[in-house]
Amino acid sequence: MARFTPKVVTANALVEGDVVYLTADNRWSRRHQEAEYLDDEAHAQLRLLYAMGQGKIVVGAYLADAKPGPNGPEPAHFREVFRTRGPSNYFLGKQAELI
Amino acid sequence: MYSYSEFDEAFVRSRVAQFSQQVERRLEGALTEEEFRPLRLMNGLYLQLHAYMLRVAIPYGTLNPRQMRQLAMIAETWDKGYGHFTTRQNIQFNWPKLPDVPAILSALADVEMHAIQTSGNCVRNVTSDHFAGAAADELEDPRPYAELLRQWSTDHPEFQFLPRKFKIAITGSPNDRAVTRAHDIGLRMVKNDKGVTGFEVLVGGGLGRTPMVGMVVREFLPIEDLLPYVEAVLSVYNTLGRRDNKYKARIKITLHETGKDEITRLIEARFAELRPLFGGHDQALLADIRAAFAPPAFRNAPVDAYDAFYKADPVFRAWADTNLAEHRNAQYAIVTVSMKAHGKTPGDATGEQMRVLADLAEQFGHDELRISHEQNVILPHVHKSDLPKIHAILSQHGLATANVGLISDIIACPGMDYCALATARAIPVAEQIALRFDELKLEHEIGPLKIKISGCINACGHHHVGHIGILGLDRAGVENYQITLGGDGTETAVIGERAGPGFAYDEIVPAIERIVQAYLEHRDGPAETFLQAYRRLGLAPFKAALYPAEGAKDAA
Repeated sequence: MARFTPKVVTANALVEGDVVYLTADNRWSRRHQEAEYLDDEAHAQLRLLYAMGQGKIVVGAYLADAKPGPNGPEPAHFREVFRTRGPSNYFLGKQAELI
Repeated sequence: MYSYSEFDEAFVRSRVAQFSQQVERRLEGALTEEEFRPLRLMNGLYLQLHAYMLRVAIPYGTLNPRQMRQLAMIAETWDKGYGHFTTRQNIQFNWPKLPDVPAILSALADVEMHAIQTSGNCVRNVTSDHFAGAAADELEDPRPYAELLRQWSTDHPEFQFLPRKFKIAITGSPNDRAVTRAHDIGLRMVKNDKGVTGFEVLVGGGLGRTPMVGMVVREFLPIEDLLPYVEAVLSVYNTLGRRDNKYKARIKITLHETGKDEITRLIEARFAELRPLFGGHDQALLADIRAAFAPPAFRNAPVDAYDAFYKADPVFRAWADTNLAEHRNAQYAIVTVSMKAHGKTPGDATGEQMRVLADLAEQFGHDELRISHEQNVILPHVHKSDLPKIHAILSQHGLATANVGLISDIIACPGMDYCALATARAIPVAEQIALRFDELKLEHEIGPLKIKISGCINACGHHHVGHIGILGLDRAGVENYQITLGGDGTETAVIGERAGPGFAYDEIVPAIERIVQAYLEHRDGPAETFLQAYRRLGLAPFKAALYPAEGAKDAA
């Protein structure tokens, strides 16, 4: 069987639309590194179910590939890297707001 | 320009009121996202990568200064100070917050605008030639028919849940600037052998994952048959179109699966049923609409000042040579304001720039503005004597780039910088190509060349009909760009040909440079454009330039 690629749970905030990540203590953080690192497939599915029950706070929760980093999980795919930063044509979004 | 009737006004206001309550219920938690999503999409509100996005319709690309100023106000009050003009002549705001959207829609309604039917499987914003009503080569202004179609299709109860979205484009000119051959329905105004004006009707064009050039289903449609005939096309599509497979749901697939002869027969049969039901109200309405599109009172004044300035100032001359088009009134010109400054995002305008354009339209342009599918802004009616002043004002606001129709006048969709569907970025590729050729000081030497970039297979950036098309894909977790060559979006429409394997993000600009170098080497003099050279030479010399290592291998 294929090895499970570690994940984080991510979504967009209902009110602002901002990219958010589910933390181990059930908060929604704007920072990828604060996300709960999910390296067990069954646990990841449980966390996704929890997130999908948070429809009053977030929209469109899904599991995104992640890898370990020195300060917490890091995105594995370029799309997820862009979501941690904002657009490349202007210094707007998270890259400007989260310092 | 057309103004809302009481009916239009009441309809738009009631939709704003409905959606305001829907947003409130969503925020309170009374509506789930599953329930709310179709409601927000009906009102043009998407959820994108980093934020919500509101897509506002600009019917057939026509705006007045008051509307443009309101778009500027919206950008500055509820967004991050800019808006993005799209290939469907819409404007997109990239950062609205959900609780603010009702106020934005209300501000739009104040200037007779809305975001209705800018999403969903319905008839979308009817697009048109951005030079409509001004172009020297035009048979007739197509916008009254576009407006008639807008009124007929807005909230049409039968066509709110089509198998898939439906796009109509209309042009009044033999030189097709509205890409009519790549729309679900393309309408081209033509004259029959008796000299009467009507429409040639094309069906089944479209880009996306299955690009196709539309087929003519009616060579001459009398003007008074427009609505019943279009309704017949929609009706046949609504019945036959596939709802089982999203990728086979567009009318182009219906046409190919049914066959042109059979679908034409079905359309004509349905038309025969529908025609008697149109009792002439549509024609009475059309007469009123036509009056709203009466040409402005053109000024009669000398143009010597323009001629003198043109001779004296090389910067002005370069701009005039690329950015002006021939107006039907010889004292006038059509000004295309390039929203493609080198290194900037194609189609983006700041609030300040929008206000400058509104002021120019008011002062010098008979109160008219247009948005082109090529993501530029047009002042359609400018007296030539005013051009030096206009150029000076544009220069002060970063709006005087002299590149319309040249290699840096690139169409690019928002791509993965904004769009949730994108598979790669498009904007930075456009920025880098423009910067590179500006640095080489080659773009005027290269001449007319349309580069069009899409960040996914859905082809919002029209890459299939670019002379050079670029499609951004995700190949094993890395951005990869495929090149197509020889595409054409005009009356001689052709879908471009795949050049070969794709290029990485940092290889795509050099690849484009190699194609252009090959063109410069092989062209039959500066008068032969890139597209003409491609048609004469075929893919081979460009392929050899793109993949030099493979050529060496073959030779070995």
